[in-house]
Parts: sequence; C-alpha cells; structure tokens
Amino acid sequence: MDNINDIYTDVIMEHSTATYNKHKIENPTTSEHGHNPSCGDDITIEVIMDHNKIKDLAFTGHGCAISQASTSIMIDLLKGKTKQEAIELIQLFLKMIKREKLTDEELEKLEEATALKNISNMPARVKCAELAWYTMEKLLTKNDESKE
Amino acid sequence: MTNYDIRKDFKIIENNKIAYLDSGATTQKPTQVIDAIRHYYESDNANPHRGAYKLSIKATEVYDEAREKVQKFINAKKPENVVFTRNATESLNLIAYSYGLNNIKEGDKIVLSIMEHHSNLVPWQNVCKKTGATLEYMYVNSEGTLDEEEINKKIVPGVKIVGITQVSNVLGTINPVKEIVKKAHEVGAIAVVDASQSAPHIKVDVQDLDADFLAFSGHKMLSPLGIGVLYGKENLLEKMPPFLFGGDMIEYVYEQDTTYAPVPTKFEAGTQNVEGAVGLGAAIDYLNNVKMENVEKIEKELMKYAMDELSKLDFVTIYGPRDLSKHAGVISFNVNKVHPHDVASILDSENVCIRSGNHCAQPLLRYMGLDSTCRASFYIYNTKEDVDRLIDALYKTKKTFEKWM
Repeated sequence: MDNINDIYTDVIMEHSTATYNKHKIENPTTSEHGHNPSCGDDITIEVIMDHNKIKDLAFTGHGCAISQASTSIMIDLLKGKTKQEAIELIQLFLKMIKREKLTDEELEKLEEATALKNISNMPARVKCAELAWYTMEKLLTKNDESKE
Repeated sequence: MTNYDIRKDFKIIENNKIAYLDSGATTQKPTQVIDAIRHYYESDNANPHRGAYKLSIKATEVYDEAREKVQKFINAKKPENVVFTRNATESLNLIAYSYGLNNIKEGDKIVLSIMEHHSNLVPWQNVCKKTGATLEYMYVNSEGTLDEEEINKKIVPGVKIVGITQVSNVLGTINPVKEIVKKAHEVGAIAVVDASQSAPHIKVDVQDLDADFLAFSGHKMLSPLGIGVLYGKENLLEKMPPFLFGGDMIEYVYEQDTTYAPVPTKFEAGTQNVEGAVGLGAAIDYLNNVKMENVEKIEKELMKYAMDELSKLDFVTIYGPRDLSKHAGVISFNVNKVHPHDVASILDSENVCIRSGNHCAQPLLRYMGLDSTCRASFYIYNTKEDVDRLIDALYKTKKTFEKWM
C-alpha cells in the first residue's frame, strides 16, 4: 500500500474512535464472539431481533483501528435491516474485500462500508476488516440452526 | 568487519530498500549461504546414507560436516549430540514426545518461565494433560526479568522438567540460564533451553550452561528455512525412544520388530534435509568469520541507540529491561493509543518492517496486561540508519493518528 492515507481516511478514523455502537445490550436475543488469533482482535456482537428484523445491534471488545471501524460501520449499516437483507449486505461486503467486481448499484447498497474498499489492496489487513462481518454472518446463521 | 560491510552481502535489503527490523521472526540470508546451497545442488546432491556411489557419499559427507560445524558452534562434546530437525518447534516437540511422555508421571511438576514462546509451552501442556503432571510458571517482575527468589520458589523437589528461553522473543530479556539449569539439577530436574533467540546473537556454550537439551532454528541465524537443531546430552538421547519412525533411522527391520540406528540417526527418519544442513553450515561459517563477539558488539550498539532514540518519544511505551546487559536482540514497544497492527501498516508504508501482535507468547502478554505489542528486532546487517527510519516512521504514525488520539 503506497498511500496509507487511502486506508486511514476520516470515515475510518471517526468510526474507529466512535463509541456509540460500542456497548453491551440488555437482554440480547443472541450474541457471537469473533477473534483473530494472530493479531488479537477480539469482538463480541450482541443483537436484539424483532421478528425478522435487527432491532438493536452493538459490540464490545478491542482491536486495531481497521477492525473497530469496520465493526462500527457494519452496525450502522445493518441496524433495522431484515435478516435476509443483512446476509446479502455481508456477502456484498466480503465480495468487495476479496476484490471481486461489484456493480455501482451494489456498492451504493454498502453505503459507508465502501470506505473499507481500499483494504482489499492491503492483504495483511484484510482479516481485520472482515472479522465483524464474518462474526455477524455466523451470528445470523447460528440462529437458523437453533430454530431447526 | 562492520555492519555496513556485512550489509553488502544481503541483496534482499538493497533490492527492497527496506529497513528490515524483524530478524527475530526470520533473518535474511547472505550471498554466501545462497551460494553454498546452489553449489550443493550443482556439485554434491544425492540421497545421503543410501547410495554406494560417489555422489551419495559426498552428500553424506557434507551433511556430517554441517553437523560438526554445529557441534563446534555450540561447543557440544560430540557431533552425536546434535540432531537435525525442521526447526526449534520440532526439536522441542521431539523432547516433549520422546522424553516427556516417557519420563513424566502423575504428580510430577513441569516449570516454565512465563516468557516461553508457544513452542516451548504448548508441547508441555500436552505432556501434562496426557500424564497428569502439573504445569507451573516462573513469573517476571515489572522490569520483565526473573527474580532469583521466584526461581527458587518454583524450582523445588518434585519438579522434573524446567523449560527456559535464553532470550525472550518479546522482551529481549536475557535469562540467567546457567543458574536456572544449576537449580534444576539440584532438585533432580532436567533443563530444556530454548536458544532460538540467543544462538544467533550471543555465544552459546552448551557445556558451560550444562543444558540437558537445547533447541534452535537455523532460519533465525542466516540459514534457509526448514533446518533446526536439537542438542541433547548423550545419556539422555541414548535412552529416548525415536520420535518419528521410518527410513534410515533403523538398523534391522523384521516383520514384527525393528532395532534402531544409533543417535543421532535414530531421530532423523526419512531423507535428511541436506540442503538445509549445508545452508546452516555456511551460516555458521559466516558467523564465525564475523566472530560472535563482534555480532554481540554490533547488536549492543544498535540496541543502545534504539533504546536511547525510542526513549525520547513521549508517545511510545517501551517494555522489557532497560538494563542493556540483560537485553538482547529484540525490543517491544507500543505507540500510545494506536493499535500495533495500525503502527505496523503505517511503518510498512515507509518500508520499515516490524512485527506486531502477540509474538506467539500469549500467556506472557496476558500476564503483562497487554493484547499485543510492536517489536523491532536487530541483526548484524542493521544500521543506525534503520533505527532512524523506524523513528521517522513512528513520527508519521503519530501524525496520522494525532487528530484522533
């Protein structure tokens, strides 16, 4: 990555230090723990589901600026969405990070999360950006299994 | 010979224009080592120990010569004290599986320093789980060193194995290994020394240390990847069963039973890594030519300079002993309020290579109340200019994050 300023942008830095999505939720419907053993990023995501909708979503934990920002941005994006919409957005995000081509329309759906697009040029940090999204995907699909 | 002369032998540094400060993870390789491997494949390669033709005998000879070079490098009594492995991790696993599982019983104790790399920790956890022995730790003080009192409190009768790293790969602490080995022997324990971070940097003398076992990796001391060393005392190695079974480690094989080859061949099943051994031999030649006293001197000067310069940065916290006589090879630090991975990325954008993370020493970091640190580690090809580039890049890190700190 030649220009580090393309990574540490205002959007990412604001989210990495913002605390409004970083707290515990009282009586969550479910929660999921995510961890990158090699670097120590460690987050727990809690959710309140109202029928099929993500009514409330927040996280606790610690990690680098990229992982913290990515988690906060994801929470902003997924709050209020249905489970299916959330899973679709997670898959779009992971596609973007894996440098697969997204249409303009698809990118638009990701809103602020497109600020993390340049991480795809930085293989050492891809895992940091992905952690929250994989954890959330696990959380949402785990719910499926427990109902079956 | 100065570090500036030495640096010319490391083309990769020039080719990439990097300040390479991650030799604690793996060192770069000088032209002489690369040439030795090339020469081996162009002149001497065959399967050692097996062929009746000249080339196979040559391959056997160069393999044995490398063993003798290692023997002299660590001052072992005989070449047979030296077993070639893949790396320190495999050496330590060999000890844990072959010695540990066969000699440790329920109720025995194994004592390790909290500074151990996972490779000298997880294998012993496994031995304890399988045998019912208990695992205890010697903890560091606030300076990151082991107090004599702590050593005496933990190494007591009932302890059968003491595992100790000679130099901490996180804090750079030089441990009093000779005293710890002596204490271990007083209570009837054997001592397993991890020399991964010491053998490349300071003169290691296995007889002076009186170590029962000692392990290190070639790739942290100018050699290719995939070659490691296990030193063991003869009487211990003789009694130990093989770790891996198969080709060349045998004497007679019958349908239902086998007799094994003598030490060290007993522990080197399968076709040996002659390329690796030749590379390690060439690396030892290189270090002998530089002289280990000179290696220590170059690194001490660099460490002093780095410590002085880093101490000037009020936004940086340094870990580990400040006393340079107790500090070798590596220095751990954090940029206040910036995660080490972010620091490493910004440093990388300035072509400064450092390690960030838990350095395969999670129990130590947890004990110190840390998640991760930045680590710069030095070797003979580093210069003051590399340290200056590190400092400049740390200022850049501060500038990038300042607004948000």
